[in-house]
Amino acid sequence: MALLQIAEPGQSAAPHEHKLAAGIDLGTTNSLIASVRSGEPGTLPDENNHHILPSVVRYLDDAVDVGASARDAAQYDPLNTIVSVKRLIGRDVSELKTLGSQLPYDFVDLEKPVPRIRTVAGDVTAIEVSSEILKVLGKRAEDTLGGELDGVVITVPAYFDDAQRQATKDAAKLAGLNVFRLLNEPTAAAVSYGLDQGADGIHAVYDLGGGTFDISILKLNKGVFEVLSTGGDSALGGDDFDRVVAEWIMSQAGIRDDADHGTLRHLMDLGRSLKEQLTESDSAKVSITHEGSEWSGAITREQFNELVDPFIKKTLQACRRAVRDAGISKEEIKDVVMVGGSTRVPRVRERVGDLFNTEPLINIDPDKVVAMGAAIQANVLAGNDTDGDMLLLDVNPLSLGIETMGGLVEKIIPRNTTIPVARAQEFTTFKDGQSAMAVHVLQGERELVDDCRSLARFELHGIPPMVAGAARIRVTFSIDADGLLNVSAEETTSGVKAQVNVRPSHGLADDEVTEMLRASIDHAEQDVKMRQLREEQVEAQRVIEALKAAMSDDADKLLNETEQQLLLDELQKLIDISGSADIKKIKDGIKALEKASEFYVERRMNNSIQQAMAGHNVDEFK
Amino acid sequence: MLDFSQNYFELFGLPADFRVDLEEVSLRYRDLQKVVHPDKFASASEQQQRVAMQSATLVNEAYEVLKDSLKRAQYLLSLKGRDAGGENLTTTDGAFLMQQMELREALDETRNAADPLEALDNLLDNIKTAINEQIAKLTILLETSTEEDLDAAMESVYKMQFLKKLYSEAESLEAELEDMI
Ligand SMILES: Nc1ncnc2c1ncn2[C@@H]1O[C@H](COP(=O)(O)OP(=O)(O)OP(=O)(O)O)[C@@H](O)[C@H]1O
Ligand SMILES: [Mg+2]
Repeated sequence: MALLQIAEPGQSAAPHEHKLAAGIDLGTTNSLIASVRSGEPGTLPDENNHHILPSVVRYLDDAVDVGASARDAAQYDPLNTIVSVKRLIGRDVSELKTLGSQLPYDFVDLEKPVPRIRTVAGDVTAIEVSSEILKVLGKRAEDTLGGELDGVVITVPAYFDDAQRQATKDAAKLAGLNVFRLLNEPTAAAVSYGLDQGADGIHAVYDLGGGTFDISILKLNKGVFEVLSTGGDSALGGDDFDRVVAEWIMSQAGIRDDADHGTLRHLMDLGRSLKEQLTESDSAKVSITHEGSEWSGAITREQFNELVDPFIKKTLQACRRAVRDAGISKEEIKDVVMVGGSTRVPRVRERVGDLFNTEPLINIDPDKVVAMGAAIQANVLAGNDTDGDMLLLDVNPLSLGIETMGGLVEKIIPRNTTIPVARAQEFTTFKDGQSAMAVHVLQGERELVDDCRSLARFELHGIPPMVAGAARIRVTFSIDADGLLNVSAEETTSGVKAQVNVRPSHGLADDEVTEMLRASIDHAEQDVKMRQLREEQVEAQRVIEALKAAMSDDADKLLNETEQQLLLDELQKLIDISGSADIKKIKDGIKALEKASEFYVERRMNNSIQQAMAGHNVDEFK
Repeated sequence: MLDFSQNYFELFGLPADFRVDLEEVSLRYRDLQKVVHPDKFASASEQQQRVAMQSATLVNEAYEVLKDSLKRAQYLLSLKGRDAGGENLTTTDGAFLMQQMELREALDETRNAADPLEALDNLLDNIKTAINEQIAKLTILLETSTEEDLDAAMESVYKMQFLKKLYSEAESLEAELEDMI
């Protein structure tokens, strides 16, 4: 057996290498990628020195175009050009319908959980469209940073639900990106601000972008960002302002709403341009030619304010609820950070300032602040910021519950609970000998099942036969640090693990993602196998390095000699097979080592907990 | 699994006492998360990530209990062998039953008040005062473990449950009224 090299305690086994990491703001209107270079976060430009990538994807016969040129094509090629895809991701057709009549696409697969859009290049899901944007950004980063990305942090609206988060993660997977973490947009913005200004205290982040609105209340304390509450609307943003202005033009110019796709797209563009002009001036002129006749007119800022006030009012309601949920009073909030392009609208600033009774902060570019915060977090997660003390503690935005008798929802994890979190619920059988049961998981604040969002249905099988009411089935719902739900179940009187079959109500099943991945690599079986093998080898390497580093750190303190030898033997076994070309062999090897070292991993965790608490003086409680 | 034989107080290195310094609890909470949070293990093996996630979950759960007076009281009672979590609690305290009725009525009537938001503000204050009275009682009762004191503490918990529920109902109404403006 080859001798294993172990470094001096306190000295890491491998010299620390700088990992390539980036933060991505995948926006409704605009997307950006940023990275920390020489300690400073900054957004990365394309070869024409543009930092912002418009989130528009155009499908051509044999190519995909993303960005500004695609956006310019939207007017004359509306069916193949997908704009604001973020409003579609993780949603089904019925929801898309309620989002408004402004969607000009040709939807197919209407009955499926994930609708598809017909384009010249075939039918695509919102997940695939988003992945095209991510691919372009990922490539931009690899070109600029000069190497393969180890991982990325992708931001999502804090108010995104489970399906929308899962879909975003699937899009990243499809784009070949390793996702360190999904990060909430307002939290990312707070990181940019907080670290910049080093201000401890309670802050509010008001984020109104193109398609989504979030409000978050955070407490910052020596590098720890603790989100106290969050609220919002994942279908409210600048797009809505554009639409009401477009509708105003239509009513003035006498254009009916069954006009063709190109005209509707043009009206939306006019709406946006008027809106943006009104940020600078008191009134703006517009003219449009429709069916041969020309109409021209002007709109004042007062008129515009009146049109958008109902939307702003909705955001203020969410703000008040977030303050209440945070368990604080408005006066305790030190400042309000404005994020997102739509916070440039003077009326928005005015109303938000009135509510919080303070001048809103706008000193970091509202377009870039989210991406930069994500980059800072990505840098930390990659392990590059070794002496940093930053930690983000976020919450789940929406309550999670299950369906009970009579179509009611029983809440299991209330909104604004700090994640990760796990809660268990006990169920029992209804009939003698019942061996299966169905559980329906919902997300939302309302009492009726129909008013909440269906996340998934679970079927539990393999319950041992018992009389009605005797079985105790404990179902554990956990939300991980990405805000994603996991479920496990166990019959506690017998210890039988019930098998959980997840059927997501929205989103793709795991094998569908694999299938898309297969298709997108568009090569033979062989390539997919190679990729899996490489992934498995990398994971084996990670496991080996982690154990080596841990042992060089504290094996002498935490393990006796027998234990040390046992771990070294098991470690060597994995080292020996880690170069093998047999995927299954490596997989099993990893499992075996993990099992053997489990006690040690836990002992280390307990030890660091004790050390952290030992730092506090117990005497002060006497 | 982590050392689950530790109770939440032990996990935080605090004495099992109803009286806690909330600043201290949150300081310790942050220091614990700084060592267990999954973000600290983002490039570690899957196994380490799993253990980190379980640990962070446990620390969050403990913090939820320790920082909230009602949950803390219920938890302490459970450590003393009493089940104060369910709906099996009750009270025979006539004065409290009266107060309970009055507060409920006050809530029902705020909608019709001349200034509903002000009426609601007053009501919220009153409920808060009543909650603080129970906290003061529990502080004394939970110092000992005599059966009588524990019985009385159970009754206090019942009252707190009612008051807190009423408080959140009043808050929902407040939100509704504010949204109408
Ligand atoms: N000067 C301006 N005046 C008014 N609105 C503006 C101005 N500049 C940009 N906007 C609006 O800001 C929105 C885009 O903001 P931003 O780039 O922050 O959104 P996003 O990140 O793409 O969307 P989201 O965060 O909702 O996913 C668009 O609706 C745009 O019209
Ligand atoms: Mg944004």
